[in-house]
Formats: sequence, C-alpha cells, structure tokens
Amino acid sequence: MKKDETPQDPSGLNNFTKEVCYAVDESGKYVTQLSSGWEVKSDALGITWDDINKKVEAAKNAVLKGELSPIAYYIELRVMDLTIVSAYTGFWKWTIKRHLKPSIFNKLSNSTLQKYTDLFEVSIEQLKNISLNA
Amino acid sequence: MPNTFEHLQAAHCENGVTTNLLRSVGVSKMTEPLAFGIGSGLFYIYIPLMKINGGPAIAFRTMPGLIFKRTAQSLGIDVIRKTFNSKEKAQQFLDECIQSGQPVGCQVGVYFLSYFPKEYRFHFNAHNLIVYGKEGDNYLVSDPVMETTTTLTSYELERVRFAKGALAPKGQVYFPKPSTTLVTDDQIRKAIVSGVKRNVRDMLHIPGGIAGVSGIKYTGNKIKKWRDKLGVEKAGLYLAQLVRMQEEIGTGGGGFRFIYGAFLQQAHAFHNDDNLLEISKTFTQSGDMWRNAAIQAAGIYKGRITSQADFDVMGDYLLEISEVEKKAFKELSTIKWQK
Repeated sequence: MKKDETPQDPSGLNNFTKEVCYAVDESGKYVTQLSSGWEVKSDALGITWDDINKKVEAAKNAVLKGELSPIAYYIELRVMDLTIVSAYTGFWKWTIKRHLKPSIFNKLSNSTLQKYTDLFEVSIEQLKNISLNA
Repeated sequence: MPNTFEHLQAAHCENGVTTNLLRSVGVSKMTEPLAFGIGSGLFYIYIPLMKINGGPAIAFRTMPGLIFKRTAQSLGIDVIRKTFNSKEKAQQFLDECIQSGQPVGCQVGVYFLSYFPKEYRFHFNAHNLIVYGKEGDNYLVSDPVMETTTTLTSYELERVRFAKGALAPKGQVYFPKPSTTLVTDDQIRKAIVSGVKRNVRDMLHIPGGIAGVSGIKYTGNKIKKWRDKLGVEKAGLYLAQLVRMQEEIGTGGGGFRFIYGAFLQQAHAFHNDDNLLEISKTFTQSGDMWRNAAIQAAGIYKGRITSQADFDVMGDYLLEISEVEKKAFKELSTIKWQK
C-alpha cells in the first residue's frame, strides 16, 4: 500500500479515533499513516451487524409469539451465546436452555432473574416484558 | 508518582503495549514493527470446525500474549505476569504497581469497554491496554489503538479485566521487570534473527496443512466450495469475517503483512543485508494482494458479484498469496545473518 493511497473513508471509528496503517512513501520506505476507515471493511462490519439484527428480530418474534422466553431475545440483543451467558451467570448451558422455555421462565425466582438482569443490564420488568426495552 | 509514561499509538494492541512497556524500561529503540517481528507475530491459521461468532475461525497473527513474551525474553528482559481469582486482589496488585510508578499491561475484553464504539464491541477477550496511573476513582489508560489516552472508572476496568468466555483474561496483568542493564544493539540484532527464524518455522513448517502458507492455500480451496456448501448469503458472511480478521482495527492493513514489511526494513538498520529490503517488498506485494482479495470479497458480500466464477477468483487470490509468502519466507530462511 502506498502512503497516499491509505483509505480515508467514513467508518464507525469516526469521532473515536483514526487508526494507524503501515504504507510505503515515494522512496519506498515504510511510514505510518492515519486512516479514518476503509469502505471494504466498513461493509464487512455492516453486513455482520445486519445479520445480528436479523437474529434479534427473529428472537423478538419468537418471544412475542410465546415460543421462547425473553432470555432468548436478550442473548441475541447482547451478541451473546449460551457459552458466554453460562460463563457470566454461572448457570450450566442446559439450565439456560430450560430457562428459554416460557413456562419455566415464568416460574423463576427473582434471585435467578437477577443474574440475567445484571448481565443484560436491564431491570426485572424489562426482562419480563421485552417491549419495555427501548 | 513519577508520571513519565509516554503513549505511542500503534496499529495493533499487543504490539503497542509491548513497545510502550519496553520503552518505559529504557529500550528506547523499540518500535511497533520491531516488537512484531521479534515476537514472530506474522501468522496464518484457519481452524476447521471451530466457529467464531458463527463464522470461520481465522487468524492472521500469532496467539495473544506471545508477542510480548517472546520480544521481552529475546531481549533478556524478565516478565512478570499474573492472573487472579479475586477481583479485590487484582485491583490491589494493580494499584500497588502504578503507585510505584510501574505502568502495567492488562488483558481485557472489549464487550464492556465503554470508550469503544458500539459496532466494535464484540465478546473478544484478547485486547490489551496499559494502565499507567490513577486519579480519584479513574484509572489512566493508554489504549495503543487510540490516538490519545483515556480513562476508565474502577468498576469499568474491573468489568473488562474480568470479562468471561473464550480467552477470559482473569484479571491478567503483565509488565517487564525493571532492570539496571540497558538493552544493547547487539541484543536487538540477535533478537531479530531469532524472531525471523521462528517466523519462518511457523509459516513454512507447521504440519497439518491449516497453518502458515499451506493454511492460506487450504482457505483458498475452501472458499471455492463455500457458495455451494453455504449458499451465497452465508458465504458472504464468512468472507466478511475473513476481511474483518484481515483488515479490522489493529492489523495495520493487509493482514499485518505491511507491518512485517516495515519490520524487515527496520531489521536492515541492524543487519546490513540488502536482501531484507528486497524481501520487504515481497511482503508489501502480499499485503496488497490481501487487500485486492478483500475488495473481491466485498463485491460478493455486497451482492454485486455472486457467481461461482467470482468465488473462484477469490479462492485463487489466496492460492497466489500462499505462493508469494512461501517464496518470501524461503528467501528469509536463506539469509546469512551476521554473528
């Protein structure tokens, strides 16, 4: 990459930082050059988030239809999976899978729910009713 | 507290932490490319069957933690490294270090890293930053990928130091043991040789066909099958993941290949062998090819070009890169190093 070809496209890093790139100057010597972003990778990140948002939307519909408990929605919303939720809450994965069933979720104690609310950073009311989550 | 810590921005977090920590103990010639090259940072691996965020597990650099460890050790500098079960003890240890004027490298998770933009906050636990001071409840933080220093409250810092999941940091801190003897040019010269030799080994001679230059070839052949196997949409997501690993913040562009090119130029200042400058050009070429491949990938994941022929072109890019890098590392392996 040549120094003056270092991309300066808008990206999610704007207002946060510019990033250091390594590129060669006119004499062929490597120098560092700040870049505001590159469209190619902004697009890569963009479609990754589109995919996440689709999963969030699908989980939301499943919760509203009563097929899954709200925990399923918050797992997707927080870009987590069973392994991560298990590591943070200390619950076994199969326990979490049970909690994904609305019938079992509805019987959970507040202290159990608290583990989830701490992780998802929501109130117990928001956990029970996902439409309260702005 | 003697607050003489100097923040230098870097492309990659671990390189940056390594460079800044070594400079803080007097290795004034340390730069990001030297740290990366001495630590044999350049790598490639595609781990089949393993998934990261539902996509392929691909890395363009060596295992987290190795760059700091190898670079410090090659220069004869002892490393202090600690993990903790107790959050209180982790904080207490950190406080004692910074009170004594010792900047400390910390492994952290980025998901709860409050100053990062939301789009970048995935559950990735191998980010590195330096804590170099404390004012009230705020820790002074030097995050090498940022232009300026920043702060985290004690709660925010504890949260990222004790992020959970794969590669959980467990409060890990590390720093070079302060020593009274200065690192000489001769030590740097020798460290460069061992760094290059180890990198030749990692890129050319790891058996199994999924790592090093054969791993790049393996991926190229896989990509050609992705369209049939996964469908265009999922294959596009896989390619996007490849591009993110290759180009996202921290690589210096071209999957770290440009940083390696810079390293070989800087190595030339210590070993007056013009072959290093020539091989550096080959890495620039390789980095450019990786970026051309990324442009091709973007055409696919943006839905502009989606035929099997387009996937074949993408796969062929990697086959070609594999050959270019194989040649470059073979040439590196034949360099007659000065004693």
